[in-house]
Amino acid sequence: MALKMVKGSIDRMFDKNLQDLVRGIRNHKEDEAKYISQCIDEIKQELKQDNIAVKANAVCKLTYLQMLGYDISWAAFNIIEVMSASKFTFKRIGYLAASQCFHEGTDVIMLTTNQIRKDLSSPNQYDTGVALTGLSCFVTPDLARDLANDIMTLMSHTKPYIRKKAVLIMYKVFLKYPESLRPAFPRLKEKLEDPDPGVQSAAVNVICELARRNPKNYLSLAPLFFKLMTSSTNNWVLIKIIKLFGALTPLEPRLGKKLIEPLTNLIHSTSAMSLLYECVNTVIAVLISLSSGMPNHSASIQLCVQKLRILIEDSDQNLKYLGLLAMSKILKTHPKSVQSHKDLILQCLDDKDESIRLRALDLLYGMVSKKNLMEIVKKLMIHVDKAEGTTYRDELLTKIIDICSQSNYQYITNFEWYISILVELTRLEGTRHGHLIAAQMLDVAIRVKAIRKFAVSQMAMLLDNAHLIASNTQRNGICEVLYAAAWICGEFSEHLEEANQTLEAMLRPKVTTLPGHIQAVYVQNMVKLYASILQQKEQAGEKEAAQEITQLMIDRLPQFVQSADLEVQERASCILQLIKYIQKLQVKEVPVAEEVIALFAGELNPVAPKAQKKVPVPEGLDLDAWINEPPSDSESEEEKPKTIFHDEEQRHSRHRQPEIDEEELARRREARKQEQANNPFYIKSSPSPQKRYQDTPGVEHIPVVQIDLSVPLKVPGMPMSDQYVKLEEERRHKQKLEKDKKKKKQKKEKRGKHHRHNSLHTESEEDIAPAHHVDIITEEMPENALPSDEDDKDPNDPYKALDIDLDKPLADSEKLPVQRHRNVETLKSPDSEALLVEKKSKKPKKKEKKHKEKEREKGKKKEKKGEDLDFWLSTAPPPAPTTQPQSEPEVGAALVAEPQEIKKEEREEQDEEEDDEGKKSSKHKKKKHKKEEKSKDKKKSKKKTHHSEEETTESVQNGTLDDEPLPPMSSYRLLAENPYIKMTYDIQGNLQNDSQVTVSVIFENKSTSFLKSMELNVLDSLNTRMLRPEGSSVHDGIPVPFQLPPGISNEAQFVFTLQSIVMAQKLKGTLSFIVKNDEGSTHEKLDFKLHFSCASYLITTPCYSDAFAKLLESGDLHMSSIKVDGISISFQHLLAKICFHHHFSVVERVDSCASMYSRSIQGHHVCLLVKKGENSVSIDGKCNDSTLLSNLLDEMKETLSKC
Amino acid sequence: MRFMLLFSRQGKLRLQKWFLATADRDKKKLVRELMQVVLARKPKMCSFLEWRDLKVVYKRYASLYFCCAIEGQDNELITLELIHRYVELLDKYFGSVCELDIIFNFEKAYFILDEFVMGGEIQDTSKKSVLKAIEQADLLQEVRHPCGASLGSTP
Repeated sequence: MALKMVKGSIDRMFDKNLQDLVRGIRNHKEDEAKYISQCIDEIKQELKQDNIAVKANAVCKLTYLQMLGYDISWAAFNIIEVMSASKFTFKRIGYLAASQCFHEGTDVIMLTTNQIRKDLSSPNQYDTGVALTGLSCFVTPDLARDLANDIMTLMSHTKPYIRKKAVLIMYKVFLKYPESLRPAFPRLKEKLEDPDPGVQSAAVNVICELARRNPKNYLSLAPLFFKLMTSSTNNWVLIKIIKLFGALTPLEPRLGKKLIEPLTNLIHSTSAMSLLYECVNTVIAVLISLSSGMPNHSASIQLCVQKLRILIEDSDQNLKYLGLLAMSKILKTHPKSVQSHKDLILQCLDDKDESIRLRALDLLYGMVSKKNLMEIVKKLMIHVDKAEGTTYRDELLTKIIDICSQSNYQYITNFEWYISILVELTRLEGTRHGHLIAAQMLDVAIRVKAIRKFAVSQMAMLLDNAHLIASNTQRNGICEVLYAAAWICGEFSEHLEEANQTLEAMLRPKVTTLPGHIQAVYVQNMVKLYASILQQKEQAGEKEAAQEITQLMIDRLPQFVQSADLEVQERASCILQLIKYIQKLQVKEVPVAEEVIALFAGELNPVAPKAQKKVPVPEGLDLDAWINEPPSDSESEEEKPKTIFHDEEQRHSRHRQPEIDEEELARRREARKQEQANNPFYIKSSPSPQKRYQDTPGVEHIPVVQIDLSVPLKVPGMPMSDQYVKLEEERRHKQKLEKDKKKKKQKKEKRGKHHRHNSLHTESEEDIAPAHHVDIITEEMPENALPSDEDDKDPNDPYKALDIDLDKPLADSEKLPVQRHRNVETLKSPDSEALLVEKKSKKPKKKEKKHKEKEREKGKKKEKKGEDLDFWLSTAPPPAPTTQPQSEPEVGAALVAEPQEIKKEEREEQDEEEDDEGKKSSKHKKKKHKKEEKSKDKKKSKKKTHHSEEETTESVQNGTLDDEPLPPMSSYRLLAENPYIKMTYDIQGNLQNDSQVTVSVIFENKSTSFLKSMELNVLDSLNTRMLRPEGSSVHDGIPVPFQLPPGISNEAQFVFTLQSIVMAQKLKGTLSFIVKNDEGSTHEKLDFKLHFSCASYLITTPCYSDAFAKLLESGDLHMSSIKVDGISISFQHLLAKICFHHHFSVVERVDSCASMYSRSIQGHHVCLLVKKGENSVSIDGKCNDSTLLSNLLDEMKETLSKC
Repeated sequence: MRFMLLFSRQGKLRLQKWFLATADRDKKKLVRELMQVVLARKPKMCSFLEWRDLKVVYKRYASLYFCCAIEGQDNELITLELIHRYVELLDKYFGSVCELDIIFNFEKAYFILDEFVMGGEIQDTSKKSVLKAIEQADLLQEVRHPCGASLGSTP
C-alpha cells in the first residue's frame, strides 16, 4: 500500500528512522536509558544538518521519545523549522511535534505566528487543516489575538473541511482571547445552519460548550436550538443540544415546560443509551429547576425512574453505574419515586464493582426513612464485616454515620440502637474515622438528654475495654472514640452506676500510651468523675471511701504529670495539687464535695457551627474604632520605636524596672529551684518524687475488675444493635396493636385481625413513634442571626472571561486586530456589525414596529432578546387558561406586569359587580356585563385597524385593555393559542331550544401575517354534536365567516346540540387556516379542546322567594352538599362569582347566608343554600337530577377553591 | 475532553493527546497517576471513574487501554462511543489494528485522531469522511515524497 511505499523509501534513505528507533528501544530493554541518550545525540547531529528531510525525521523520532517521557523542549526551534517546511510530509510532522510539546511556557512559540498565518491561507486545504489542528493544541493568548481574524475568515471557507476545523478551533481562541467572542459570534451562529452536517455539528459543539459555562448569554438562541433538536437525527449533536438546554432551563423555567414533551418522546423512542441517558439527565435537571407546581410531571419522573431501573438492572456495569448516578440526582427532589426501588439498590451493594457499590451507598443515604433505617443500617453493618480493603470499609462507616445523622437524626427512632451501632463500629480495626464515631457519640450524648444514662453506661464499658480499642495506638484511628467515651463519662457522671470502676479504668497505666489529646481529656474528666464520687460518698457518710478515692487519685495522677504532652502534664499537675488540697481538708473532716462539684457545674449546650459568624453587629458598635485612645505620636517621639513590639517592650521594662531589686531576684531564684525540684525531668532535683511514682503503692487494695477476654473483639455485656432491630419491630407491632385495639374496640376479633394486617402495609412514617421521648437539643444560634448564606463563586474560573453579552451591538473598539500589510480578504468590524444587526432583526422584525412605540411610551428599554424569547416561549400552553388575557399583543410585557395588574382589575371589577347587585337583578347585571365586554372588544378591534392614527389614545387603552389580561370575571376562556392565532370562547345556553348551546369563539390574529380560510372542526361525541349546515358530513368543518388581517380579532358563533346535560363534556377540535405574508402562504393547524361545563347549560333565571320555598317543599329534589375551606374573599364577592361563573341568581340573602337559583336549558331546577363560616363556605344544593347537581357542585368547588 | 491516553497493560504509554496545553511535568504526573488507577481496576469493573475533578472513561481493547479524561458534565457513554469509533478508525486504516501498528506508526495514529477529534471536541461523526481526509493527506505525502527524496539524497 501507499503507506508501505512511503516507509520503504524512508528506510533506504537514513541510517535510523522511526521504525529503527522503536525497534532499537525494544531490543535494548536492559539499558534503555543509555540507548536513548545515544539516539538523542544522533538526533542532535541530524538536526544540525541543512537537509529538511533529515531534520523532519529527527523531529519525528523526538516526538516518539517525548511520548516515552523524555524532554525535547530543547528542540523547539527545530520543530518550528520543520513546521515551516514547504512539503506537506514534513510540515505534518512538524505540527505534530509542536502540538505534542508546545505550551504557553514555550518561548519560541511567538516565532510561529507568521508561519501559521501563512499555512492558514495556503491553497492546499490539508496545509490549512494541519495548521489548525496543531494550533488547537498550543494556542496561546498572543497567538489567539493575532490569528483570530484569520481563523474567522476561514469559518466562511469554501471547503467544509476547513470550515469545520475553523469553527471548532474558535472555541479555543475564545478561551484564550475572550475579546474575539463578540465579533466572531454572528458568524459562528450562522454556521448553525451550515449546509454541511460536519460544520453544523462543529458549531453546535462550540456554542454548547460556550453556553454551558455562561448560559444566560445564550438564552436568545433557545428557539434555534429547539428547532435543531427536533429536526436533527445525529445523536452526537442531539446530546450536545440537550445538554445545552439542561444548562439553560434553570434560567428560564418556561423553557423547561416546553422541553419536557420532546425529551420524553426521545426517551421513549431512542435506542442509543448515550442519548437516553442524556435525556434522562436533562429531564431531571429541568424538573429540578421547575421544582414544584407541576404535578403532572410526576409522569416524567416516573418514566425516568423506570428507564434508570432498566439501566441498573442491565448486566453492563457501565449502564448500572450511570443509572445509579442519575438516580441519585432524582433522589434530591423526588425521594419518593426512588425509594420504591430500594430492593434494587440494596442489591447493588453486593456488586463486584466497588465503584458501583459506592454509588449505591450514595443513594441509600437519601432513601432511608424512620421505617427502614434500622433495616438498611443492619445490611450495611453486614457489609462492613464482609468488606475487604479498608478504603471501602471506611467508606461504609462514614456512610452509616451520614445516613443516621442526616438532618438532625431525623430518622432515628431509637437512640439506644444508634449508640450500640456506634459502639459496634468501634470494633473496626484500622479505620481512619475514629474521630467521626467519637464526634457522633459526643453529639448524641449532648443533644439527646434521654439517652445519656444509656450512653454513659456504654461509654464506661468502652473505657473499661480500652485495651482492646487502643491496642495499637499509633496507627489506630479508632482510639479517638476513647476521647468521646472519657468525656461523656466525666460530663454526665451522675448517670454512672459503677463510677469507681470507671475511674479505675481511666487511671490505668496503659492510658499513658494513648495520644496526648486523649490523655488530656482523660485527666480532665477523671476529676469530674472524682467529684461526683466524692459527693456520693459524702452524702452517704462514707468518709473512709471518700478518702480512699482521693488517695487513689493522688497515687495515680503522677503518671500523667510525667507526660511528655504539655497539655496532659499541665492539667495533671494542676489537678494533683487540687486533690492534695482536698485531701488536707478531708483529713480535717471538712465537707468538700459541694465545692468540688461546683467546679464543673453548669451545662454545655451545642452551638451551631456558623453561630459566631452570624451574630449581627449591634447598632452603634464600630469594630474598627479604638477601644482605648491610640498611643499619641508625641509619646513615642523620644524613643522613636520602629515596631509595635519594640514599643511595648520598652514600656514594659520601664514599668518593671523599679520592681526588680535584690529581694525580688532572690525570691525568683528560690521559685525556680522549687520549680526544678517539682519537675520530674529536671535531673538535678532530688529523686524522691520519681521513686514514689514508680512504686505506686496501694495497688493491692484497689478492686481490680475481671475482664472476660474470651471474646476479644466483642465488648462484653454490650447490647448488640441487632437486638434493637428485633425489639423495635416488636415495639412497632405492639404500638400498632394498641392503636388497632382502640379503633376496633367494638368489632369482632376476627375482623380486627384482618384490619391490622391491612394497616401494617399502609403504615406511614408518622405512625412510628420514637421509643422514648427524645428531645434533640438544637444547636444554639444567636438572636437576630442573619440567615444569609452567600455562596462564594470561584473568582479564578477560566470561563468567567467568556461571560459576555452577545446581544449588544458591536462597538468600533471591538474590532479584531487585523494585519494590514497582508493582502488577504479581511473582515472589518463594520461588516460584522452589520451582519449582527441583520441577523438580529430577522426574527423580531415582525413585532418590532409595535414594540418600538410601546417601548418609547413606557420609557423602558427591554432587551430585544428577552422579547423574542418570551414570544417563542409563550407558545407553550399556558398553565391556567381561565386567567389568560383575551388578547395579548405583547406577551413579553404582559408577562412582566401581570400579577399586580390582575389583582387591581379584579378588585375594580368586583366592586363594580357589587354595586350592580345592589340595584338590579343579577340577570340584568350579567347581561350588562356581557354587553360591556363585547363593546370593549369591538372598540379594540377598531382601534387596531387604525393603529397609527390613534397612537396616543391607544396607548391609554393599552394600559387597561390590550396590554393586561381581562380580569378573571371574564366568561371567555382560552381555547387554544399558537404564534399566529389565539382563540377564547364562551358557552351560553339557548332558552328557546332545550337541547342547544351556542359557543362564541373570539379569534385573534397575533401575527403580522394575514389569516384566511379559517375552518373550525370538532370531533362530535354521541352526546354532543356541532350543528353543521345541511348536506355536509360530520367530518366537514365549518368555515369561519371572516378573514383576519394582522392584529385583528373577531367573534364567530357555533351552535351545538346535545342530548344529556347532566355531565360536563370535552370535545376535541381543530382550527385550520392559511397564513399569508410576503414570503408566501402556509397552511397551519391549531388543535383545541372545547370544554362544556355543566354550568354552561344553566341559564340565569330570576326566582321569587315564595316560589323558591315551594320548590324546596315539593320534595322531588335530590340533595347534595359541599364545603370549601380557605375562603378569604368576602361573601359578597363570593356570591358574585357564583352568579357570574355558574349562572345563578340570588333569591334571598340574610347576613352570611344566601339562597340561589338557576335553571338548566332542559328545565332542571337548581336551588342552592350558601353559608359562609369563618374561613369556609358550605353549599347545600337541591336539584331534580342528582348527577347534574353533584357535577355542578364540583365545578363550584373548583371555582371557589381558586379564591 | 481534556486528554486522551493509550497505554498498554504493562503501563507503557502508546499515545497521549492533550487538548489543553499542559506543562511536561504536569503531564507526566497525571499520566503516571491515572495509569496506576486504571490498571488497578479489575476487568469486571465499569469503565468510569471519578478522578481528581475529572471523569475518566476508559476501555480496554486487547492489551491496550484507551483512556479519556472528560469534564463533570460530559456524557460518559458518548465518550465510550468516541473511543470505540477511534478504534474502528484505526482498524479500518491499518486493517485489523494491533498494538504494534500503533507503536511503529504512532504518528499515523495521531493523524487519525487529529482528523477525528479537535480541541477535545468531536470533529466529524462520519467515519468515512475522516478516512477520506486521512487518505488524501497521505496521498499528498506520497506524491510529494519523491522530490523530498531527491532533495534528501543530495547531501
